[in-house]
Amino acid sequence: MTHWTVLPVVLPAMLGAIIVLATRFHLSLARVFSMAGTLALLVLALGLFWRASDGTISLYQLGDWAAPFGIVLVADRLSTLMVLLTALLAVPVVLYAIGSGWDARGRHFHALFQFQLMGIMGAFLTGDAFNLFVFFEILLIASYGLMIHAGGSARLRAGTQYVLYNLLGSTLFLFALGTIYAETGTLNMADLAVRVAAIDPDASAGIRVASVLLLAVFAIKAAILPLHFWLPGSYAEAPAPVAALFAIMTKVGAYGIIRFYTLVFPPELSLTNGLFDTWLLPAALLTLAIGMIGVLGAREVGRLVAFSAVGSMGMMLIAVAAFTPQGIAAALYYAVHSTFAAAVLFLVVDLVRERRGEVAGRLDPTNPMQGGAMVAGAYFVGAIIMCGLPPLSGFLGKLLVMDAVRDVAWFGWAWAVILASSLVAIVGFSRGGSEIFWKSHEVAIGHPGEETEAGERNVADPAAPPAVMQMVAIGLLIAASVAATVFAGPLQRTLMATSDQLFAPEPYISTVMETPGKTITHGYESAEGDAPPTPDEEH
Amino acid sequence: MEFLVASAIGVLTAAGIYLVLRQRTFPVIIGISLLTYAVNAFLFISGRLTLNAAPVLQDGVSHYADPLPQALVLTAIVISFGMTAVVVIIALGSWLACQDDLVDTPPDGDGPGGAR
Repeated sequence: MTHWTVLPVVLPAMLGAIIVLATRFHLSLARVFSMAGTLALLVLALGLFWRASDGTISLYQLGDWAAPFGIVLVADRLSTLMVLLTALLAVPVVLYAIGSGWDARGRHFHALFQFQLMGIMGAFLTGDAFNLFVFFEILLIASYGLMIHAGGSARLRAGTQYVLYNLLGSTLFLFALGTIYAETGTLNMADLAVRVAAIDPDASAGIRVASVLLLAVFAIKAAILPLHFWLPGSYAEAPAPVAALFAIMTKVGAYGIIRFYTLVFPPELSLTNGLFDTWLLPAALLTLAIGMIGVLGAREVGRLVAFSAVGSMGMMLIAVAAFTPQGIAAALYYAVHSTFAAAVLFLVVDLVRERRGEVAGRLDPTNPMQGGAMVAGAYFVGAIIMCGLPPLSGFLGKLLVMDAVRDVAWFGWAWAVILASSLVAIVGFSRGGSEIFWKSHEVAIGHPGEETEAGERNVADPAAPPAVMQMVAIGLLIAASVAATVFAGPLQRTLMATSDQLFAPEPYISTVMETPGKTITHGYESAEGDAPPTPDEEH
Repeated sequence: MEFLVASAIGVLTAAGIYLVLRQRTFPVIIGISLLTYAVNAFLFISGRLTLNAAPVLQDGVSHYADPLPQALVLTAIVISFGMTAVVVIIALGSWLACQDDLVDTPPDGDGPGGAR
C-alpha cells in the first residue's frame, strides 16, 4: 500500500496548519507557502490521475484497518479526475488572490484556502459515507471563513444566509446517514452497494427514504432548483477568488450524486427505480431555465454570473439524470468546462467592480473604466464559454449533453429548454456586457474620469491596466477551457472510460472489500483495547 | 420506549423546523440547535435501542450495543457544536454591521452594498 492516495488530503492540512501557526504575521511567506503547496498539489493530482488512467483503483486504508470497519480512501478514475480539476482550478485562483491583494484584506486567507482544498480533496477521495460528511463539514467550515473574508455588511448578511442554509443541509445529511445505517448497518460505500442490493423490495421503505434524503442533500450542495436559493447571494457577495474556488463546490454535490447513484443505488436497482426520471430531470430542467432567466434579470454583474453558475449546474444535471454511460461522460465534460467558465467570469467581475468605484458591479452605465479593453475582452471570452457559443468548450459541452439525452423520455422538453435557455443566456450576457463596457462611453462624453475617484479604499488606481498576475490567472483559466476544446477527443475518451468504470462497479467493490488489512479480533487482546465499557449503559 | 424516543425526536424536529422558518437570526439559530439535538438522538438510536449491553468487544459476551452510532454521534456533536458557534459569531457580525438581525436580504439590497 502506498501513501500517495492520502497525500492530497494531508498536504493542504499540514500547509494550512503551518500557515496559520508559523506565517500568520508574514503575508509574503504565507503566499509562498500557499502557492508552492498548490503547485505541489497539482503535481500530486497529475500523478494520481496518471496512475488511475489505466483503470487501476487504488485503495488506501487509514490506520491499515480493513474495509467495512476501517475508513478507506479510494482513487478511481472519477475521484482522480475531480481531484485534478480542483488542483487545476486552485492554481490560478491563488495566483489571482495574490495578484489582486484580496488575501491582504482580511486574515488567514491562505490557511482557510488550504483547509478548503483539504475538504474538497477528501470529499472526492473518500470511500466512506460518514467520512464524506466529515469532509463536507471541513470544506464548509473553511468556506464560511472565506465567504466573509474582508467583511462588510452585505457580505456578512449573505454569509449568515449561506451558513444557515448549509447547516440545515448538514443536518439533513446526518438524518440520511442515520437512516442508511439503521437500514443496512454499514456506511462504507462499497459495503453499502452490496447490502442495498440485497434488501427485500417489500421492506424497502426506509432505504427509499434514505435515498431521497441523500439526493436532497446533494441537491442542496449542487444548487438544484428548489434548493438553489443560497447560491446567487453568497456567490455574488463572496470575495472574487473565493467565488471562483466555489465553482468547484457545486461540483462536489454533483459528484456525490454521480458516485452514490452509480455505486450504491444504481439505476437498475428496483428499490429506487424512477427517482431520476421523476425528480432529478425536471428539477435539472427548471434549474437551467431559472438560472438563465436569472442571468437576464440580474441587476448586478456578480449576481448575473452567479445565476449562470446555477444554470450550468442545471445543464450538467440534465446529462446526469439520463444516467447512461454517455450521459455521465457528457456531464463530466460539462463539469470540467463550467468550473473554468464560472471561475473566469467571477474573476472578471472582480476586475469590473474594482475599476468602477462605488457603482461597483451594478448594471448602470457610468464612466468607462480605464484599462477596460482587456477586461472587456476577458468578459467577452468568458461569456462565450459560459453561453456555449462556438468555438469554445461550452459549445462542445452543450452538444454532448444534447446528444446524451436523445433517448430520455423528456427528450423534447430537454432540447427545448437547453436551446431556449442558451438564447436567454446570450441575451443576458450581451445586455450585461453592453451596459458595463459600451454604454459607459456615451455617458462619459464631456467629463472623463471624475466619478471614479469617489471610490472606496480598495479601488485600484483607475488608470492602471489590470495587474499582470490577475490577467495571467484569468488567462490560465481561459487556456484550460481552450485546452478542453482542442483536446476534446482524448478528454472525451478518458471521460467515457471513467463513466464505463462507474457503471461496472464490481472492481471497485472487490478492491475495497477484499483488500486485506488489520481486522478486529475478538476480545481485549485486539489492537483497539482503548476504552472500558462506558458507565452510562449501567443503571 | 421506542415510541417515547421517536416522539421526542419528532417534536424536537418539528420545533426546530418551525423556528428555522422565522425571520430573525436568533430563533433560526435556536431552531438549528434543536434540529441538531434531534439528529444526534436519531443517529444514536440508528443502531437500535439496547439495554444493559456491552459496547466494547469482550470475551464471553454475546449481546452488544452497537458501538458505531456512538462514535458517529460523538463526531456529529462536535461538528454541530463548532458549526453553531461559527454561525453565532457570523450572525453577530451581521447584526452589528447591518443594524438588524433579519435573515433575508431587504428588497433593495440586490447586489453588493458598497462596503466591500
